[in-house]
Amino acid sequence: MAEMRLRDALREALREEMLRDEKVFLMGEDIGLYGGSYAVTKGLLEEFGEERVIDTPIAESGIVGAGIGAALGGLRPMVELMTINFSFLALDQIVNTAAKLYHMSNGQLNVPMVIRMASGGGSQLAATHSHSLEGLYAHFPGLKVVCPSSPADAKGLLKRAFRDDNTVIFIEHTANYALKGEVPEDPDFLIEFGKANVLREGTDVTLIGYSGSVHQATRAATMLEEQEEISAEVIDLRCLRPLDMDTVVESVKKTNRAVIVEDAWKFGGFGGELAAQIMERAFDWLDAPVARVSCKDVPLPYNRNLEFAALPSEEDVVEAVLGMFKE
Amino acid sequence: MTTETSLSSTDLGAEQLGKFLYEMMLIRRFEEKCGELYTKGKIRGFLHLYTGQEACAVGSIACLEDKDKILTHYRDHGHALARGLDPNRVMAELYGKATGVSGGRGGSMHLYDVEKGFLGGYAIVTAHLPVAVGLGMASNMKKENFVTLCIFGDGSVGEGEFHEALNLSVLWKTPVIFFCENNLYGMGVPFHESLSTEIPKLAAAYNMPAVSVDGMDVLAVHEATKKAVEHCRTGNGPYFIEAMTYRYRGHSMADPELYRLKDEIEKMRARDCIVKLKGQMEEAGYLDEARFQELTDRVEQVVDEAVQFSEESPQPGIDTLFDHLYKEPANG
Ligand SMILES: Cc1ncc(C[n+]2csc(CCOP(=O)(O)OP(=O)(O)O)c2C)c(N)n1
Ligand SMILES: [Mg+2]
Repeated sequence: MAEMRLRDALREALREEMLRDEKVFLMGEDIGLYGGSYAVTKGLLEEFGEERVIDTPIAESGIVGAGIGAALGGLRPMVELMTINFSFLALDQIVNTAAKLYHMSNGQLNVPMVIRMASGGGSQLAATHSHSLEGLYAHFPGLKVVCPSSPADAKGLLKRAFRDDNTVIFIEHTANYALKGEVPEDPDFLIEFGKANVLREGTDVTLIGYSGSVHQATRAATMLEEQEEISAEVIDLRCLRPLDMDTVVESVKKTNRAVIVEDAWKFGGFGGELAAQIMERAFDWLDAPVARVSCKDVPLPYNRNLEFAALPSEEDVVEAVLGMFKE
Repeated sequence: MTTETSLSSTDLGAEQLGKFLYEMMLIRRFEEKCGELYTKGKIRGFLHLYTGQEACAVGSIACLEDKDKILTHYRDHGHALARGLDPNRVMAELYGKATGVSGGRGGSMHLYDVEKGFLGGYAIVTAHLPVAVGLGMASNMKKENFVTLCIFGDGSVGEGEFHEALNLSVLWKTPVIFFCENNLYGMGVPFHESLSTEIPKLAAAYNMPAVSVDGMDVLAVHEATKKAVEHCRTGNGPYFIEAMTYRYRGHSMADPELYRLKDEIEKMRARDCIVKLKGQMEEAGYLDEARFQELTDRVEQVVDEAVQFSEESPQPGIDTLFDHLYKEPANG
């Protein structure tokens, strides 16, 4: 084990996978000379050279398309799209090509590619630069969607992504990059997809988060215990596709209450999917309607007070939980 | 690139030149102040400073009429100031205050002032190029004969939308000036490593007239843009200008600047647009030390006042969070 920040854990995963498999290469905007917008790829150009760490023009659709081709040609590309906000420009290639080829070709073509991008609000970057789109990508069958919340998970899941034969959308919340944690150094350390992580056990309510919102959920659980004597179980989904509903359902059957916490908008969002599945599988165990704590229904403003008011907080989670216990 | 300009080759008088100098100095000081305020945490989010590129904004925007429109990218303070947006309200936007040009919602990358024909800073690279084509369509269809100045960086040319916009603009003969501020870098990638040809050739490939000018020379920029405006205004369709320039600061305040050497910056500073025009004006007898000091003092005062205005301005109320989500029908 070694203590490191999440961004360094990601870099270790990339390094190890590049050392393990020479078919792995990286391309993206400012991943080389600049050192990566969030310093994840810092030093990799120097270590692996221009052939395997490629600075691309600003051309999201083009580089994702090229990644698809490289994968079809037998390579293992990782494409970094800098931030999820710019992935809108590559959406067609991701959704219409990468996610569809295996099925449409009747299993003849598959696209083993990892697409990494930074996500989330809270840094006063205003509406165009603050999206949380984990749930959007989870909408599309054919994609896998992974969103780690801790350094160890970041490493184990990213390494696992390179062993997958499908396109993996790997989403990194910007608020998580500087988080520190213990990370296994074993080069074979992998975390299986579709296994949620019970971060904290509890008996009264299940708090479900992913990506950045895991941390609001965890802080809320501490507040509930200390201030309200309510015992909350916290689940980090880790992957939205494949989704580990078994762990969620099992927990809800024990606690009889569920609160979903997410940075994204509620309307038409992933939390709605979770709530529906909980209802389908644990309706008789619920003592209260499933609650959702999410971003207010507005584009994120630059102003700090407005942005904070729009984003979900641990206080909002506590309030939602207390609401479930009121009669 | 066009040859060296001199005062004698222009018909600009002392007053106009003084205005150029003042505007470039104002932008320079405003941006330096923004950099200081960012390190103090007064300005937050992403901040992209414009120092070094002032001649581009000042020289080009001076050619526009009131009815003309500007679309630009996220490095937009200089363009806003050159267009005459109130420095107080631009600074207040960077503070996120209710008095800001975007009410504190947009921040540095998203400045708007429709009354001034300033239709925004666009933070998604190249997003505004097709939008400029549409404004050109409106100008043509409504016979309003306004010209749209569409400003972007060299990084835009790799995006598909760049090519889509140029093609559409020529096909539909829209009065748009595509103004590329080539400051030699995207974020950290040198532009010649992200483009397999030269920028004006891209425009030429779509049959759009294109020139490359010295973007550190306000007179050269002005001259080229004047021609471009004339071309657009008289119904000949779009025009492309590449202005060769340089940003003195990092891409944004978060830039560790690993990709360039300090002496490159020093070399470019030797061609500084303010120093250059100041020298030309002194030589022509249009400027003396006293007059220059006067301009310096005025700039200082305007920037100080903008800071004070911003400090004293109110925050937008939390109750306004849901404002402006949908436009409702006008009363009745
Ligand atoms: C579509 C898109 N991709 C990536 C980015 C991130 N990004 C912001 S500015 C920038 C560099 C743009 O360089 P250039 O167009 O030359 O303008 P400059 O910053 O030099 O003024 C990049 C990659 C973005 N904002 N939008
Ligand atoms: Mg540039």
